[in-house]
Amino acid sequence: MSELTFRFVVPGDDYSRAGEASSTVKNRLKRLGIDPAAIRRVSIALYEGEINMVIHGGGGEVIVSVTPQRVDMVLEDHGKGIPDIALAMQEGYSTASDQARSLGFGAGMGLPNMKKYTDEIEVSSVVGQGTTVRMAVLL
Amino acid sequence: MKIKDIIQLLDAEVVWGEEKLWEKEVQNACGSDLMSDVLAYVKDQSVLLTGLVNPQVIRTAEMMDFVCIIFVRGKHPDDAMIQLASEYGIVLLSTEHRMFTACGKLFGAGLEGGAR
Repeated sequence: MSELTFRFVVPGDDYSRAGEASSTVKNRLKRLGIDPAAIRRVSIALYEGEINMVIHGGGGEVIVSVTPQRVDMVLEDHGKGIPDIALAMQEGYSTASDQARSLGFGAGMGLPNMKKYTDEIEVSSVVGQGTTVRMAVLL
Repeated sequence: MKIKDIIQLLDAEVVWGEEKLWEKEVQNACGSDLMSDVLAYVKDQSVLLTGLVNPQVIRTAEMMDFVCIIFVRGKHPDDAMIQLASEYGIVLLSTEHRMFTACGKLFGAGLEGGAR
């Protein structure tokens, strides 16, 4: 297997569709015969990322690349950005709306969960321009 | 226990899931209305009890490989949620019991909480 790349557009205004990209990636990884534990880690990290993109980022693009050694995920939005990334990485810190909370999210667990379930994570953000999250799960 | 045992124990209505799926064996469950916590702390559980009703409950269950969702306090998923659950093969139940009672009945009958 050489590198496979999947691209998705995450709509920014439709909570009901958040998770479609993660669900599709999960199914494709299953078909590739990747270890189920690794698939779950990818799925959860990507799903949290998607939710964040809908809640905070106004939507964006997700690119997932798969090689026999690793699954790389890049989530890029053009939302309001994160002023203090270290603070955002802390469990329990949240700026989510009541709408996000009503869906069972916004508890300040998104980025910490993404870190917990991946082997590599890098968050870069410019306030007013957007946020890019790069994550990898090693296979 | 099997999903069919849960149906009986909680006097639950089967919202979606054909009878052959009721034969699935389940060992662990978790109860939460906070999907972030389900994603953060749950490990290898197969049943989710919740009072939250929106499509993200089904998505969360799919990511975590749950095989059955029990909506407590008589909550009912809408058609879009039922459609989504059917795509993933997740059985949907609804019980009039409140969260504490529903969890207690299942725990008392041998369903475990699982390790963190």
